[in-house]
Amino acid sequence: MTIQFAFDPEWASVLTAPFMLNAIKAGLLISLAAGIMGYFTISRHSTFAAHALAHIGLPGATGAVLLGLPVSLGLGAFALGGALVIGALGKRVADRDIATGTVLAFATGLGLFFARLSSSASQQMQSILFGSILTITDDQIMGFAIFDAVLLLVLAVIYRPLLFSSLDEQVARAKGVPITLMNVLFMAIMAGVITIAVPAVGTLLIFALVVTPAATASMLTRSPFAAIVVSCVLCLVSIWGGLVLSAMFPTPPSFVIVTLSTLLWAVAKLVCRER
Amino acid sequence: MGSTPSDGGNAVILRNAAVRRGGRTIWSHGDFSIPRGTVTAIVGTNGAGKTTLLDAELGLVPLSSGSIEVLGTPAGQSNRRIGYVPQSYISGLDSTITARQSVVLGLTGTRFGIHFVTRAERSRAEEVLEFVGLADKADYRLNELSGGLRQRAAIAQALVGGPELLLLDEPLANLDIASQRAVVELLARLNREWDMTIQVVAHDLNMLLPILTGAIYLLDGHPHYSSMNSVLDSKLLTHLYGTRVEVVTTPQGDMFVTPNVRLEPEGREQDTHDVREAALFHHHDAGNGNGEDR
Repeated sequence: MTIQFAFDPEWASVLTAPFMLNAIKAGLLISLAAGIMGYFTISRHSTFAAHALAHIGLPGATGAVLLGLPVSLGLGAFALGGALVIGALGKRVADRDIATGTVLAFATGLGLFFARLSSSASQQMQSILFGSILTITDDQIMGFAIFDAVLLLVLAVIYRPLLFSSLDEQVARAKGVPITLMNVLFMAIMAGVITIAVPAVGTLLIFALVVTPAATASMLTRSPFAAIVVSCVLCLVSIWGGLVLSAMFPTPPSFVIVTLSTLLWAVAKLVCRER
Repeated sequence: MGSTPSDGGNAVILRNAAVRRGGRTIWSHGDFSIPRGTVTAIVGTNGAGKTTLLDAELGLVPLSSGSIEVLGTPAGQSNRRIGYVPQSYISGLDSTITARQSVVLGLTGTRFGIHFVTRAERSRAEEVLEFVGLADKADYRLNELSGGLRQRAAIAQALVGGPELLLLDEPLANLDIASQRAVVELLARLNREWDMTIQVVAHDLNMLLPILTGAIYLLDGHPHYSSMNSVLDSKLLTHLYGTRVEVVTTPQGDMFVTPNVRLEPEGREQDTHDVREAALFHHHDAGNGNGEDR
């Protein structure tokens, strides 16, 4: 057996195919959502909770296939349910890694169980776990665009209180910021971001798309707003770069997206250490 | 600024205040008033409810009886006029936000909707950073600052809104002696130059001693206030901390020492007291009407 890692000379034509055009549009919309929420995920120390939400969404996704419903609907419903529970329990409880990790493992197992109940769910399992950005439909893109618009609107309203409560929850609470509302809103939006990012890289690789670019951006910038902008750009570079490279050297796009995101992070880490 | 007639020049007034949490009374019979312009330490053993007292003054913890009045209004209604620095400022440890931005958030962080930071807000932040001695480090990230500087950044954030009362929870914990001294000097200047009323939760009173006008001590489940002279009693302190404490007068001023009994010769008696005995110490506190414990 040989590993095929050949250059595809026809790659430019692949890039102009309709499915690639959809992937490029989706990449832009996903980057916007993931880049913005990634920054807050890091500043709120909720990276593990974000990772867990994707896994909690898995049984929803495979269960939806079982029932003949859209994958995103099941994934979104389960992620949102998990998000509301974690958000209502509060930041400190969400940090209980063992409880979150246990639920995460159970949810993943349940996802597998649902998948095995039907052959169609079984077929979709791979793309739910690892993403399938090249099969994104026009309807999904419309959904992403609506979600992004809602996200921007909500964040425009809660930006400063959310930032303040991320920096210091106790002080923000004393000054009258509604902490529980901030927690619940943050987690609910997070569930939405997970739901739209899973089609790109899948539930297993989501960390590299939602958290890693924001972590890189935090190293490179000194203001929250700049970090958010850079985080979106890094996300976009990873996704678009992943699409182009996977067209040139036929490989799974998810793999290249995650690799680029990780490389950018590693380089930033090294550069910052050198200073 | 300025006191309203109802509070009689007091920043904080407790009337028979009690707090219960999870079915357990944390403390009760809180009955004292703290004048404006004073620096007060809040002392007591671990778990005595020092932080709970701050929370109660901020209205974050409901009282099971009595009332607390802060800056002339019921607790929780004047929080915009209170600067609050919570314990050890953990969030700063890995926060990539700069000192300046955290101070600006102290002004703008409660605002919903789109607002741009005004020139006046920026210069106010600058002024406060200057006051705490962070002007040259304003663009450092919080995680790049030492513990002492991070504590000053937290104080700057609490000050930027122009509070009349400053509450600090263990501001000296985990700081080296030079940093502790710098923070104490900062509090002294705040009290002197801005006439700030200050309350400090503290384990070690020695550092604060020169600037204190009084102390709230949480003893036997009750908070008591007394001026500095009566707190400086070794019998009371010994009981308060559950270990032997002596007051030593040195050329630098009064100092507390805690000799280790196990290292001392046989026969020396440790000076501790039962509840009834300790209650007698509260009679030191003449003048504000809470000499009686019940």
